[in-house]
Amino acid sequence: MSERETASLIPVLSAQELAAIDAEIAHVPYRAAVAIDALKIVQAHRGWVSDESLQAIARHLEMSAEELDGVATFYNLIYRRPVGEQVILLCNSISCWIKGCDRLQAKISSQLGIALGETTPDNRYTLLPVTCLGACDKAPVMLVGEELHEDLTEQALNRLFGEGET
Amino acid sequence: MSLELPGQDRPLTRNVREDRRPTDLAAYEANGGYRGLRSAMGKLSPADCLQILKDSNLRGRGGAGFPTGMKWSFVPMDDSPGHKYLICNADEMEPGTFKDRLLLECDPHQLIEGMILSAYTIQADVAYIFIRAEYHKAAQLLREAIAACKEKGYLGDNILGTDYSLEMHVHASAGRYICGEETALISSLEGKRANPRAKPPFPQVSGLWGRPTIVNNVETLCNVHHIIERGADWFQSLGLTGDAGTKMYGVSGRVKNPGCWELPMGTPVREIIEEYAGGMADGYQLRGFLPGGGSTDFLTTQHLDLAMDYDTIGKAGSRMGTGTMIILDDKTCPVGFVKNLMEFFARESCGFCTPCRDGLPWSAQVLDDIEGGRGLPEDMDTLARQVTYIGAMGNTHCALAPGAMEPLQSALKYFREDFERHLNGGGCPYCDGGTA
Ligand SMILES: Cc1cc2nc3c(=O)[nH]c(=O)nc-3n(C[C@H](O)[C@H](O)[C@H](O)COP(=O)(O)O)c2cc1C
Ligand code: SF4
Ligand code: FES
Repeated sequence: MSERETASLIPVLSAQELAAIDAEIAHVPYRAAVAIDALKIVQAHRGWVSDESLQAIARHLEMSAEELDGVATFYNLIYRRPVGEQVILLCNSISCWIKGCDRLQAKISSQLGIALGETTPDNRYTLLPVTCLGACDKAPVMLVGEELHEDLTEQALNRLFGEGET
Repeated sequence: MSLELPGQDRPLTRNVREDRRPTDLAAYEANGGYRGLRSAMGKLSPADCLQILKDSNLRGRGGAGFPTGMKWSFVPMDDSPGHKYLICNADEMEPGTFKDRLLLECDPHQLIEGMILSAYTIQADVAYIFIRAEYHKAAQLLREAIAACKEKGYLGDNILGTDYSLEMHVHASAGRYICGEETALISSLEGKRANPRAKPPFPQVSGLWGRPTIVNNVETLCNVHHIIERGADWFQSLGLTGDAGTKMYGVSGRVKNPGCWELPMGTPVREIIEEYAGGMADGYQLRGFLPGGGSTDFLTTQHLDLAMDYDTIGKAGSRMGTGTMIILDDKTCPVGFVKNLMEFFARESCGFCTPCRDGLPWSAQVLDDIEGGRGLPEDMDTLARQVTYIGAMGNTHCALAPGAMEPLQSALKYFREDFERHLNGGGCPYCDGGTA
């Protein structure tokens, strides 16, 4: 068997992923309605949604991969490219801007050697901007993975990411 | 956090603790929780509940202030088969808004009790909580709370032994501000791109999967069982002005004590900023404020004695919006401030209609030019034209683009000299836009 043929026989979605998706399908009128949940489930298992995953999900939801990609690319927290082990979502909305988030972003970029949208070479972090995190009284804030860091300072960034290049 | 002052009724935050630890089912019940549900189920008809809600004058807390009872009265109440849906809008992404997070994280059962009675009133059989992706903790707490309610018989089949049944689901979103717009939210819940839909048909008649659907904000729904339990007159008596109830107010920016407090509706702006937020931080003076999130018009020092309610703030030329104020201080550049907001709205445009998709990036570009010292005198006219064309309701498919123009149009009015200083002086006169 050619390599390609073998690949097509391997189920791309794990039993766990399928079970979680099917649980969502149980309470909607048609399969494609769970497109976003399904993308999130697969992403939770694999970190991101590859073309292969996308096609497998689309097949399972009885929709075209193109349509599903149209959905996937609409949402900023569905990652269609690999991301690091932890995604840093730095709030750059108004209250955090007033409190200096631009300076903090420059600091993180220099500490980790990555610009917005990039991933560190050791694959630990991806840095992304995000809309107001609903913690404006604690501005500036960021999410690292699922953890919210409030009242951010340069010292706090040093503790988290090390001194970096500067 | 919530300042529980003696003699003052703060229904929404009575279970909010200083350390923001969540209130679990046992603690919630111990403090009178699910009493409103018990007192209504089997005793009040849906029509009774709707009448109480209408009489209470509760207005939607998601930003527009639309009367909740009236909104619900458009839901068909015949016995025709098929689902009806209640959706809680917990997408909270309006820049500068941080009130729903507090209610969700500190007292998830309050929302659920409010939703059960709301769903009962419109006879919905399925309810969704549409929560933004980043509220991990709140989503988890809600899932646990729903499970606990099912065990107790507050949710599921035959609630409290009546013939009313309701299932409730949490849907965690995947990002994008536009999902908070109620028809975009419905598209998103159906698994599609979150493009807003044309109205009519209104969601009350044809919403989720073409069925009657009500979308309400977290804070709105949290009020409902209190109103049904304690009555319309009680709710009306909470407000200081003609507007009923309490309101979650917030202040962020350079004040001493940024935060979020439940206060009587109509509390004066000055009291919120000076007493609750502690006044301006040392070395800063107040220049202006957005009363309720990033898509409301600036007000200034001349408006400090106004009551924070929908009508008063509306008459002053702005909107109360979400009730969470963003303070512009004297060391922060108004042009930079508006540019930050405009870049946000441009980024978050869903791309469906041209004035928004192409107009907002254009505005952001003009503002960036002015801020960066590349502005031309005619840019002022360009901005004014953009405000006229993009800001007019009806020129765009939804309210995102008109909302984006509100801070800009009011900044042109109140802080015009700042724009001119940028144009004449070759860029921003503030140090780092004032955010250093
Ligand atoms: C661009 C845009 C974003 C919105 N975001 C939210 C939101 O995050 N939360 C919310 O409750 N309402 C939001 N709204 C308002 C909703 O469309 C809707 O009016 C509201 O959820 C109705 O609830 P209410 O009547 O209880 O206020 C938004 C509106 C627009 C135009
Ligand atoms: S105004 Fe903007 S967000 Fe609203 S439909 Fe048009 S493009 Fe989409
Ligand atoms: S503006 Fe950053 S959390 Fe609201």
